[in-house]
Amino acid sequence: AMEKSRPLWDNPLQFVFACISYAVGLGNVWRFPYLCQMYGGGGFLIPYFIMLIAEGMPLLYLELAVGQRMRQGSIGAWKIISPYLCGVGVASVIVSFFLSMYYNVINAWAFWYLFHSFQDPLPWATCPLNSNRTGYEEECEKTSSTQYFWYRQTLNISPSLEASGSVQWEQALCLTLAWLVVYLCILRGTESTGKVVYVTASLPYCVLIIYLIRGLTLHGAVNGLVYMFTPKLEQLSNPKTWISAATQIFFSLGLGFGSLIAFASYNEPSNNCERHAIIVSLINSTTSIFASIVTFSIYGFKATFNYESCINKVILLLMNAFDLEEGSLTADNLNEMKDYLMATHPQEYTQLLPQLKNCSLEAELDTAVQGTGLAFIVYSEAIKNMEVPQLYSVLYFVMLLMLGIGSMLGNTAAILTPLTDSRVIAAHFPKEVISGVVCFINCVIGLIFTMEAGNYWFDIFNDYAATLSLLLIVLVETIAVCYIYGIRRFEKDLHTMIGRKPNWYWKIMWACASPLLIISLFIFYLTDYILTGTLQYQAWDATQGQLVTKDYPGYALAVIGLLVAASTMCIPLGALSTFVRKRLKRESVSTV
Amino acid sequence: DAQNAFKVRLSIKTALGDNAYAWDANEEYLFKAMVAFALRRYSSKSTTQISNVLLCNVTDRVSFWFVVTDSSKNVTTVPGSEVEAAIRMNRNRINSAFLLSDKTLQFLKITSTLSPPVEPSTPVWLIVFGVVLCLIVAGIFFLVVAGIQQRKKKNKQSTERENLEEKGEVTVTVENGIPCETLDLKAGHINGVFATDDERFTSL
Repeated sequence: AMEKSRPLWDNPLQFVFACISYAVGLGNVWRFPYLCQMYGGGGFLIPYFIMLIAEGMPLLYLELAVGQRMRQGSIGAWKIISPYLCGVGVASVIVSFFLSMYYNVINAWAFWYLFHSFQDPLPWATCPLNSNRTGYEEECEKTSSTQYFWYRQTLNISPSLEASGSVQWEQALCLTLAWLVVYLCILRGTESTGKVVYVTASLPYCVLIIYLIRGLTLHGAVNGLVYMFTPKLEQLSNPKTWISAATQIFFSLGLGFGSLIAFASYNEPSNNCERHAIIVSLINSTTSIFASIVTFSIYGFKATFNYESCINKVILLLMNAFDLEEGSLTADNLNEMKDYLMATHPQEYTQLLPQLKNCSLEAELDTAVQGTGLAFIVYSEAIKNMEVPQLYSVLYFVMLLMLGIGSMLGNTAAILTPLTDSRVIAAHFPKEVISGVVCFINCVIGLIFTMEAGNYWFDIFNDYAATLSLLLIVLVETIAVCYIYGIRRFEKDLHTMIGRKPNWYWKIMWACASPLLIISLFIFYLTDYILTGTLQYQAWDATQGQLVTKDYPGYALAVIGLLVAASTMCIPLGALSTFVRKRLKRESVSTV
Repeated sequence: DAQNAFKVRLSIKTALGDNAYAWDANEEYLFKAMVAFALRRYSSKSTTQISNVLLCNVTDRVSFWFVVTDSSKNVTTVPGSEVEAAIRMNRNRINSAFLLSDKTLQFLKITSTLSPPVEPSTPVWLIVFGVVLCLIVAGIFFLVVAGIQQRKKKNKQSTERENLEEKGEVTVTVENGIPCETLDLKAGHINGVFATDDERFTSL
């Protein structure tokens, strides 16, 4: 019978672009700048680069080499390494499945904001009016218009996890559109994915460059950059700095999901994956730093803008209270005038004192935000104050979409490659149908995240679905390749593929440094979870207009436990089932 | 007196910047005229005169108090509610006489209704959403149909080749039924998987 040859990338560039598109995702834009700010500014780059060399590059090279060598998705590849490791592949697929369920919701939000960017003025620039048109909506008054747009008009968030509310049809529509876009990109396998990644990998860089130029020319951008890059070297003695650096490198490269194995399996066996691993990891880290420069110039602009508005408000208040001439109070003479007024009109001044806020640029810059808060609230706030905000808004959300879709392509590849490899399923259904079914199931489950309490469930998935499981998966992977498969055999395979053996740096990292690092990360996270006791989350309180901390209810904790267990248990269960199967076979052979 | 008096605050420099005019007696005269005009329009009686509007406590901020007296009834002031309603009705005219807006010409006790933003009949975002959705669905449809056509062509080709093989007319060199061209991939190396398979079995 005719054997179907495995689909290949048209050229190695497509493979590199696919890896870059997958690795460079939203985490580079919204997590790295936050970490940089929290853990010592410019000084954070030291642990970051050390971790890149110690775990990032070696582990990336390992996964790419495994995929390229075995030419199968994650399940098949690990089965070949050792039949007891089929559970590792299954665990990867399950984690990828959880990830794709909730990750596409971010793309839905990006679409929502993108579609709303075609209005003048931007809808998050002003508060809506209340019912009798005498002022603004109460909730919007307490917080800012951008936060109101995010929490009320986009998410329509409920006050707690228990109050589920109903499915928001607008978000459901955007989610469906996001899944249709993903389906369009993956439905022909590498043929279509290979062309799409040219766009999803390069477009974000174009937008980042435009934003860099725009950001650096904004008023007050320098404040942000100075604030970020002044190294606070005392943070290097804080163990959390090193752990955050290691965690960021680990998750930023997307190791352990099976996506890299899937991508590499479509390579020709002679592809130089060593060079590609180095290139991809370097580009990923450089992009993070590049994105931080952009983010911090925007931060600086926003902080300066808020600081100046605050000062202007104080000036207006003083002018109105004491009937001073316009223009007599400026930002420069404010402090002297305040003292003068306190001396001349002490009673009225003390009456006014509670309303006079102490405006501080430092305080504005200190508000560190990460995650969806940064991407959707802080950036949209900065954009609304620029000139031609619609243009910058469209550019920004298109970039977010490209980053998000690029990562989704990797996630779905991790799920689909094992499915299309398995002869059982692939014989009966063409790959368009398999892709369609996977997208459909994910879309339906994803509707949970469009409910009013959806964002809380999103946070659960974001924080717990992948973290511990991935650490365990990659640990088992590294130990399997080094000690079960044997590092000499692996060396020989690499020699067959690339033409030279890996040098001592790679071998030391694979055998000692990376596993040790992962074990220490794993222990740290476990002890952290155990010590904090009950897990808590941030809920939006509409009456106060800010986030409050609440405890997770029992069933939410059960879901968290299930998420972690579903993937991690696969590894021992897989080994056990193979063991049992071999036992039975041996017995049946011996009885014959 | 205080009940029927209103405080007014102007922010001329904020509104006009370099084109700001100075506040002098002529501007005050214009203000009195506008208030008188507003009352005349509101109550439709032409008895209110400019001299009925009294200003006091003019400060550098440019803020002052004013009352409107009623000359028909001796030395009483027009009730505040009437003045408020009159000013509300003619706010636009008063603002434009001074080239100011609701924010820069404030009547402190009279709150202005804020104008709602313009809302088109269909929300703009739905239109953009519709356009993008149609494009994506068209793309999916096109790719799926192209895929089905390609598969039909391949099936026809393979059945043709089988027929040719049976007739013994095929000149394509085959090995185990696979034409050599597809075997001759750019990766013409030994398939490492099979080489190491032996190792796996012997270790058992």
